[in-house]
Amino acid sequence: MSNVMSNATSEPSIARKNLVALGTIVRREIMRILRIWGQTLMPPAITMTLYFLIFGGLIGSRVGQMDGIRYMDFIVPGLVMMSVIQNSYGNISSSFFGAKFGRHIEELLVSPMPNWVILLGYVSGAVLRGLIVGAIVLCVAMLFTKVRIPHPLVMLSSVLLGATIFSLAGFVNAVYAKKFDDIAIVPTFILTPLTYLGGVFYSVKLLPDWAEAATHANPIFYMVNAFRYGLLGVSDVSMWTAYALMLGFVVALGGLALWLLKRGIGMRS
Amino acid sequence: MNIPSGSAPPGGAPPHDARLAPALRVSDLRKTYDTGVEALKSVSLDVAPGDFYALLGPNGAGKSTLIGIVSSLVNKSSGTVEVFGTDLDADRSGAMRLLGLVPQELNFNMFEKPLDICVNYAGYYGIPRAQALLRAEEELKRAQLWDKADKMSRTLSGGMKRRLMIARAMMTRPRLLILDEPTAGVDIEIRRGMWKTLKEINAAGTTIILTTHYLEEAESLCRNLAIIDNGRIVEEGPMRTLLAKLDVEGFLFDVDGMLPAQLPQIEGATLIASDDHTLDMDMPRAMDLNRVFAAFEAAGIRVRSMRTKSNRLEELFVRLTGKPDAQDLTDKDVQMPRAALHSLPSQEAQELTDKDVLMPRAQDAQERRA
Repeated sequence: MSNVMSNATSEPSIARKNLVALGTIVRREIMRILRIWGQTLMPPAITMTLYFLIFGGLIGSRVGQMDGIRYMDFIVPGLVMMSVIQNSYGNISSSFFGAKFGRHIEELLVSPMPNWVILLGYVSGAVLRGLIVGAIVLCVAMLFTKVRIPHPLVMLSSVLLGATIFSLAGFVNAVYAKKFDDIAIVPTFILTPLTYLGGVFYSVKLLPDWAEAATHANPIFYMVNAFRYGLLGVSDVSMWTAYALMLGFVVALGGLALWLLKRGIGMRS
Repeated sequence: MNIPSGSAPPGGAPPHDARLAPALRVSDLRKTYDTGVEALKSVSLDVAPGDFYALLGPNGAGKSTLIGIVSSLVNKSSGTVEVFGTDLDADRSGAMRLLGLVPQELNFNMFEKPLDICVNYAGYYGIPRAQALLRAEEELKRAQLWDKADKMSRTLSGGMKRRLMIARAMMTRPRLLILDEPTAGVDIEIRRGMWKTLKEINAAGTTIILTTHYLEEAESLCRNLAIIDNGRIVEEGPMRTLLAKLDVEGFLFDVDGMLPAQLPQIEGATLIASDDHTLDMDMPRAMDLNRVFAAFEAAGIRVRSMRTKSNRLEELFVRLTGKPDAQDLTDKDVQMPRAALHSLPSQEAQELTDKDVLMPRAQDAQERRA
């Protein structure tokens, strides 16, 4: 029988312990995503294939061009970003609320790891799922069109920021959720409308003035356009504005999530 | 297979060392929930290092709230908590590194394997995976769960799940182990096995605080106890001292033949016929039993056998709290409300329904039989 205790030597530093704790949460989240791949990775691939077929192939051929770009090419960035956003959000809200519901969140709450490690672990898992799904959807898109990626850094950073923002938002949702309905309401009534009205399928230049102005209040609009700039080199908004807004959301939502963890809202009595 | 606890005292602390800070010091702890319920009203107690300490009280007395605050699952209203001298407010992480918790309700992921549950738990405490894997083998063997290490934990029986929670808590080699009704709902054989394990853990130097509804359990395991009722400590001290406070003892006598219509009068004792062949007697502890037998002899009563009427700790408990001991837990060890799952709306929720949630109770029972 192995007895590790007696072999234990020097005590690792707090930073090293936090790194191990972070790695443990991320690893556990990845294993969860892979364990239920049929529910986490497959559905977006199938849904997006249908989008490409119907909107891009069948209807898109009659639409012609959007902002001087073939309609099929125009919708690729929006659909990729939509998948990333929805899957990041869905992953963290279901995983964290599931842990609350099954009470195994207590394993984390009684542990010595700081709140930022818990948050970073869950967000990393959700971002990873978003990126994996985004990569799958991009691969599917390549079956229908050529993807050039003129600004790869913009593409990567915008997708990363988008996934992070919606992971944090999903975390906040899960913290407040008391039942499963509560983690379904936000995606159904807020996230989906914002995504569809965020310029995924059209250029805002097509909208009447009031609707175009209203669209500028939609954060997803900036993410889709930043990603579109990275992928196609065109955008309806300035990149400075898009990045400032995305970074602002990361800071605000991250601060809120940490405050909720510190106060133990929805987790500690 | 049972493995003796051969490891060094966790944290290297020798038991019963008066120079050390208390394993747990709770001072003027108060908790009022948002609902206005005052769960704790100025609770103070010290638990010595190396002690095996019982925290007793009826349902709703405040035991779980107290444990919840110590393990940082419940926010206190006021007061202080120190674990081996580390203040929970000043250094929560430091205090938590010293503490292991076995909660009342199952709180591990039913869709993970015992090995993963233990290894991940150690990971949260910063224990590297390679080291955690070795510890998990050791702890799961001690809990007699090594052969189930790669089974889905939802397939474990109720007793196995309880043992898994002890194994998980021991992964971090805590200096203070708190168990909230660890043997609730398990059969006597498994319970005795768990007692043995807990005694080994305590003998290796880990301070143990135990809450239980089985007063026999507290009496046979613990050296000191506190009785909490209505949010206050109503009695605290060494088990022997507290039991010695009981000045009345009860006996049941089985007699040969029928009892006489007129029972003998014994000064200081109360004698009642439970049935035609059984005498129920309460008498002062100082009273000489020979006097009782002499009175029986004179009345023509022949005693075939005698036994103590009730558990002594139970007597004390009832006297202090005015309540009989609560029954065994029935619904507390299988938790998740299944009804809530039938209305899962989203794809993500389905993900949970299909894979990450829960345990039909009937299945649990079936597994127990298996």
